[in-house]
Amino acid sequence: MRCSLRTGGWRRASLVAAVLAWTACSAHAEEPIKIGSVFSVTGPAAFLGDPELKTLQIYVDQTNAEGGLLGHPIKLIAYDDGSEAAQANSFAKRLIEEDRVDILIGGSTTGSTMAMYPQVERAQIPFISCAAGVVIVEPVKKWMFKVAHSDRMAAERVFADAKKRGLTKIALLSETSGFGQSGRKESLAAAPKAGVEIVADETYGPKDSDVTAQLTKIRAVDGLQAIFVFGMGEGPAVVAKGVAQLGITLPVYQSHGVASAEFVRLAGAAAEGERFPAAAILIPEQLDESDPQRAVLKDYVALFAAKTGNDVSTFGGHARDAFFIFKAAAERAGSVDKAKVRDEIEKTSGFVGTGGVVSMTPQDHLGLSASAFRMIEIKDGAWRLAE
Amino acid sequence: MARGGWRSDRRPLGPYESRVVPQLPQLILTGVTVGATYALAALGFSIIYNASGVINFAQGEFIMLGGMIAAFLAALGAPLPLAVVGAVAATALIGFIVAKLAIAPARGADVTTLVIITIGVSMILRGGVEATLGKGGRALPPFSGDKPIAIAGAMVSPQSLWVMATTLVVVAALALFFTRTRHGKGILAAAYNRLAAELVGVDTRRVLSMSFVLSAALGALGGVLIAPIANASYDAGIMLGLKGFVAAAIGGLGSGVGAVAGGLALGLMESLTAGYVSSAYKDAVAIVVVLAVLLVRPSGLFGAASGGET
Repeated sequence: MRCSLRTGGWRRASLVAAVLAWTACSAHAEEPIKIGSVFSVTGPAAFLGDPELKTLQIYVDQTNAEGGLLGHPIKLIAYDDGSEAAQANSFAKRLIEEDRVDILIGGSTTGSTMAMYPQVERAQIPFISCAAGVVIVEPVKKWMFKVAHSDRMAAERVFADAKKRGLTKIALLSETSGFGQSGRKESLAAAPKAGVEIVADETYGPKDSDVTAQLTKIRAVDGLQAIFVFGMGEGPAVVAKGVAQLGITLPVYQSHGVASAEFVRLAGAAAEGERFPAAAILIPEQLDESDPQRAVLKDYVALFAAKTGNDVSTFGGHARDAFFIFKAAAERAGSVDKAKVRDEIEKTSGFVGTGGVVSMTPQDHLGLSASAFRMIEIKDGAWRLAE
Repeated sequence: MARGGWRSDRRPLGPYESRVVPQLPQLILTGVTVGATYALAALGFSIIYNASGVINFAQGEFIMLGGMIAAFLAALGAPLPLAVVGAVAATALIGFIVAKLAIAPARGADVTTLVIITIGVSMILRGGVEATLGKGGRALPPFSGDKPIAIAGAMVSPQSLWVMATTLVVVAALALFFTRTRHGKGILAAAYNRLAAELVGVDTRRVLSMSFVLSAALGALGGVLIAPIANASYDAGIMLGLKGFVAAAIGGLGSGVGAVAGGLALGLMESLTAGYVSSAYKDAVAIVVVLAVLLVRPSGLFGAASGGET
């Protein structure tokens, strides 16, 4: 530790050192506030972790350039779990015990997040996750919050839209990944409440090169009106191509897992007409002038593009929201005392983020409603607000 | 309310009931398409196994390299044929380098060591592609459009036909190579008995590098062919390599006929299981069949009774 004094052999020297150290300690402004992050920057979930880490770094730098947080510079200590949950656990431990961070942001996937949580609970440190699983906040865990939309909200949004179009017999095709299987579970639970019937329930592997066998089975189901695909990364693009190959003309819904430019690029013309729920971040310029998210989103999109040269995705936005929720909470608390910051995060109210408007309560550590999802349709290779 | 290729002129169906028969042509075509790519991967395993007794766990990376390099060249604006040839040639060169730098220096080591070296090579190749070509998936345009063709009530993409046709041509060419040419016979001779082959003048070191070049080119070709259907990404090789290995194990490691039969059998099993049972058991069925084959006939369906020379 920077301010601790070692009792060495030579006392006179240490007396001088003590005076120097004392003056250094009194200059508290130099002591950084430490944010610890664990993202999946490489591996299969890299498309989540990569923009998340870049975004977090952008805002840490920006805040430091503007004078820091509570007069302190912010130091970001970031680890890459390589998309492996077990790694996330040991990195969380290292961040807490060795790097002594003030808050944890991260966990790109639900698996990584849940693997980190035992360390968080033990150390009693606030933790804002960027992953989507409902399990992160249900049941409520005292020290853990999340900013990403839940799978259940995606399913609810899709079924509401389908119902509105008169489509009530839906085939579910979910990925065997954690994301897809959590989505499957939530979709099966949400369907009866939304008044739609799941008439087929099939799966595919995230690395499958062909899913026409599953689609062949699905399309033979009598009375089928729509297909709902729950997956992320390349799988949904393979499904879209399979749908086009088989000449299936039924409406296809995807999950929020396809909310990045990659999906349209990989699926090409096969993605045409497909709908998916996503945060407004994909279409900031299509929002009403009166929409509170419009300004926030335009800012983030421009900043991210300028700094990285990459297209913006929903996922990077999660890291931005997590950072500003923490920043506002620390400012309200007047310190980075872990318990106080936690309490203030829980009191977040009316925070306008890239994911939606966040109002947390002790019972709701997410604070988003299903309306935070917009229904987007792919038209001429671009995203269009479907409502 | 016809969906896809067939009409609803049959008796009305109850809810959830499926039409079993009309699905069959589609499932078979899907199985054969996927199986053909497994067969190409399995052939790569077999060629190197024959030449060196090594199971090359970098075979999947050769497939990945083919797809990634082709998609990369196409994105740079190269015409498709050039991108395809360039990808296959570049991967073959990488195969040559792997043989020279990683395998040949450890020639005296036992097979287990060599297998572990190939695992290391696969990690280096995967990491290298991740670092240079990026982590995102890449798309390659289909060779002749994406307008599906109706065959016997099933819809096939033109790319599927490319996959099947190319696999056929490759298998025929390989058969000729191994039975009619000096180099091909040399590889086979070295596989049967290396010492005897050396005594009659076969350069077994060249056999090794040639087998890697051939396997890399085959893998790359498979990767290029499947990229328009499944997209290419730096980590696609793990799964394709595994499936290729399973196909080779079913057919019998080292057997060309076995590799093709194993690939097609695996593709068909997966497709029929997904179509008629449940997609949840798709991969499980394949693994169970491999176990069964290995229990009953450890050398595979078409393998020699004894293992390869080590």
